[in-house]
Parts: sequence; structure tokens; C-alpha cells
Amino acid sequence: MDEARIARRGLSPRLWLAGGWLVLALLAAIFAPLIAPQDPLAQDLMLERLPPFWLDGAEPGYWLGTDSLGRDLLSRLIFGGRIAFIVAFAAATSACVLGSALGLIAGYFGGWADRIISRIVDVWMAFPPVLFAILLVAVLGTGLSSVILAIAIIDWTRFCRVIRAEAMSQARMDYVESARIAGYGRIGIMLREVLPNVLPSVVALLSLEMGIAVIVEAILSFVNLSISTDDPTWGSIIAEGRLSIHQAWWVLVFPLITLILTVLSFSQFGEALKARFDPVLR
Amino acid sequence: MEPCLDIRSLSAVLPNGQRVLRSVSLSVQPGEVRALVGESGAGKTMIGKAVLGVLPKSVRIVEGEMLIEGEDLGRLDAKARRTLIGARTALIPQDPLTALNPSRRIGPQMTDRLVRILGWSGARADQRIRQLLDEVHIRDPERVLKSYPHELSGGMRQRVLIAAAFAAEPRLIVADEPTTALDVTVQKQILRLIAQLQRDHGTAILFVTHDLGVVAKISQKVSVLYAGKVVEEAETARLFAAPQHAYTQALIAATPRYTDPYASLKPVDESVLAGLTAEIAAADKDWRPSHG
Repeated sequence: MDEARIARRGLSPRLWLAGGWLVLALLAAIFAPLIAPQDPLAQDLMLERLPPFWLDGAEPGYWLGTDSLGRDLLSRLIFGGRIAFIVAFAAATSACVLGSALGLIAGYFGGWADRIISRIVDVWMAFPPVLFAILLVAVLGTGLSSVILAIAIIDWTRFCRVIRAEAMSQARMDYVESARIAGYGRIGIMLREVLPNVLPSVVALLSLEMGIAVIVEAILSFVNLSISTDDPTWGSIIAEGRLSIHQAWWVLVFPLITLILTVLSFSQFGEALKARFDPVLR
Repeated sequence: MEPCLDIRSLSAVLPNGQRVLRSVSLSVQPGEVRALVGESGAGKTMIGKAVLGVLPKSVRIVEGEMLIEGEDLGRLDAKARRTLIGARTALIPQDPLTALNPSRRIGPQMTDRLVRILGWSGARADQRIRQLLDEVHIRDPERVLKSYPHELSGGMRQRVLIAAAFAAEPRLIVADEPTTALDVTVQKQILRLIAQLQRDHGTAILFVTHDLGVVAKISQKVSVLYAGKVVEEAETARLFAAPQHAYTQALIAATPRYTDPYASLKPVDESVLAGLTAEIAAADKDWRPSHG
């Protein structure tokens, strides 16, 4: 009991910091039109490469400076967050539902279902993921839904492998056998007895996957394969920042920090949630 | 009287053809406790699992019948068999740690079966569960019903499992070494509880154990199992007073005695085992499954 309490106290700052950043970024993304100080697309060549507010030559209203076309960096980051979060939630949830369902079936039913699903996963994992994503988007065409679809198609295997292993070990437990003796149907047992016990892992993976989806989206927009070039995304801002690193380092550094903080927060948040959800650790 | 459980010449094999059950026959009369005793690996648990229809996929039954209250399980389709087993039997499992779903509270977990499988009303199931918890001497049912399994001690969990097993008034309970995972002091209480409830409810029990001390306390009849074969069966008192088979004699002689705690432990004699093994090998040579 005491150990659990100490563990929880140790987790708390992590949960609060990670959750705090995510809530802040999410709120900023949702209310982007209200809080962004400038129009993220407005170009003004008179204001190009303004430095962030604490450096000489900064303009009020352009807190993190501007890029080489005079667009406000902070506003672009806030609007870029919209796409990052939409992709994170939609892609990670789709991958999670698909992968967990197949993993649960493979792990619980075993036999042929397991053999078929496991072989598909093996083949899937043989593709380098980023290359696979680029190929998929090239085939599906650019756009928000293609990016989401591509990430879900690639990353469901992460869920499938972990959930399969967990479902397998749960299926061997005596309480599953007792449920069979009592006369429950197989699907009922899978959903009522096994699923709740693999849920902590699903939640942790889901959060982790959201971080991964943010990275993949950034990579895709970095190579110009994501959304239309007009909409700001973190990846496309990084790509532009890379070109003017010697004249305006902030255009590269701020989106990178934003990206790293977000991805880190997603994974930390997932770990903390897992500890919270786990009935034995709770 | 029609036996509650009747196993006739049951044989099972592994995929490599090795026999794990060798023409096992045994019956349990209504309200009787039949002990099934043997070393680990003798197939005692396998028999229990066969009766309850939860044999591992790799084990295949190749001959024999199992009848629960006269109904031949082999003649029923899968769904009818599940329903019959679910309604008339229950299991008291070996390991109380893994026999309860860790993510569900005790209360819903216990009532759920009565409501969903047997179609009881929620209120009736709830009342029934409370009555059973009282019978297993759980003094604070409110707290227990609201607890998660990990919040209870091993002995408490085993009480909950015993209560759950008796809740639906099964005709037959398979008790699979229900005291093995517990402390010696708790073992005695649990054993007494099972005996008490068995008498009160008149339930037949197939009691699987490797502990002859437990056999002597709880059962009326014993089947001694070696390598998947019943080598001797008798009334419990008669078995201890005058064991007929050499293996049974050796097994009883090997039981540690409290009267002489410093005596060295006696293993079962090699020559007895060698004789048994030869006997079984000879029988296997001539054996063909009668069907399947």
C-alpha cells in the first residue's frame, strides 16, 4: 500500500506537467482564431525575419518573431497545432481500434486467427515505416485524411502485437476458465473478462501513438507530402526554418521545441495513465 | 441411485500419441465427496478439466463417456453441453490469486453469473450472494463486495470463490487442490468450510488433491491415480486401514507423521514404481481406442 502511494506521488508531477502542456496546446489549437496574435498566412515583406521579443529589433505583437516571408511564427505554431492534434487523435484512435481488435482476437482465440493475424503483422513490420508512409501518401494523394489513413494503416501493428501478448497471458488465467465453465460465450468472455484487463496497456499505447502520429505528420509535411502548402503545420515550419537557420534560428528552434514537448508529453501522459488505470498498482 | 458424475473408461492423448488418461472410470454419488489423489502429473487436474469441458486444446479425448446426472456430455452439442455444465457444476480453483478478474469488483463479479447465465433477478442474486458470504464467515460483506480482488487476502479470496461456487446450487463441484496455494493455518479453515457447505447443501464434490491428510478429513471415497490410471479405489476409511495396491501402500507410508517429526522422509519405493510403469506399458501396447 505504502509503496503504491509513494509511486503515485512520484508520478504526479509527471502527470501534471505532461497533462498541463497538452491541455495548454490543445486549448490554443481549438481557440486558435481567437488567441493567435496575427493572421498566420499574412505575408509582409517589411516585417521579414523579425527576432523573438527579447532580442533587439523585435516588433510588439510578433512574440516569437517572423519567418522569411514576414509571417508571425507564434500564430503559425498555434494554427499548426490544430493539424497536429487532429492527426494525433484521429490517426492514433484509428490505429488503436484496428490494432487492438485484431490483437485481442489473435491473443484470445489463438489457433488460425492468431496465425493469420501474426503473419500479417510480421509482413507489415518488414516495411520501413517512414518510407511506407511516404509511399502511401504518394498513392492516396496529399491531404489531411490521407495522412490520417496512412498513419493508421502503418501503426496498427504496434497495438496488435502488444495487445495480442497481453490477451494471451490473460486468457490463460483461471478467471477466464471459470467464466467458460459458468457458460459465458467466447465473445462475451473476450469483451467482458479479457478486454478490461488489457485496457491499461491500450490507453498507454494510445497516448504514445498520438506522439508518434505528431512526429509522422511533421515528417510528412517536412517532405511536403502532408497538407496543402498554405496551411501551417509544424513540419512545414521546420522545413522552412531549416533553410534560414543562419539568418533566423528561431524559425527552426521554436517549432522543434513545440514538437518535442508535445511528443514527450504524450508518452509521459500515457505512462502515468497506465499506472492510474492498473487495478493492481492503483 | 443415479450417480451425479459418472466417468466411464475415459482416455485422452496428447498430439504425440502419449496417453495422459488411461481408461479412467469413477463415479460420484449425489452428496458424496470423492477424492482424487495422486502425484503431480498423474492427471488428476486433467480429469477435473475434462468434466468441466475446459481441457487444453492439445489434449484429445479418444474414448469413454462422461455423464452428469445421467446426461451423456458426448451426446450433447457444444452449446447444450456448455449450458448443462454451467448450470449443474462449479469449480473451486487452485489459485485464488488468478481465479478472480482483477479489474472487476467482487460483488458484480459474483452476481453477474447468476443474473446473466441463470436469469435470476438482480435483487435475488444479491441476496443469495450475501447469504453465501455469511455462510463462509465473511463478517463485512459490504466491504468485500465493493473490493477489488487484490485488496483481499488469499484466504478471503478463497472464501469468496467457495461462496461463488455454491451460489448457484450446483449438483457437482470440482475442487482442484483448493488449499494448495494457502498457508497451512488457513488451509484447515478453508477445508472445514468446504466440508460444512458440502454437508449443508448436499453437493457432490470431486476433490482433487495430492495431500492424503486432506483426503482422510474430507472424503468418503478415494480414487488413487498414477500416470493417468486409477490404480485403486475404495472407501476412505478402508483405503487407509487396508490399502490393497502396492503403490497406495507406499504412498501412505510416505506421508510425513506428526508423531515422529524427526524421521527422514520416505519416497515411494523405486521397485513399486518400476512395477507400475511396466504394468502400464504392457497395457498401452494392447490398447486401441474403442472409437474416435
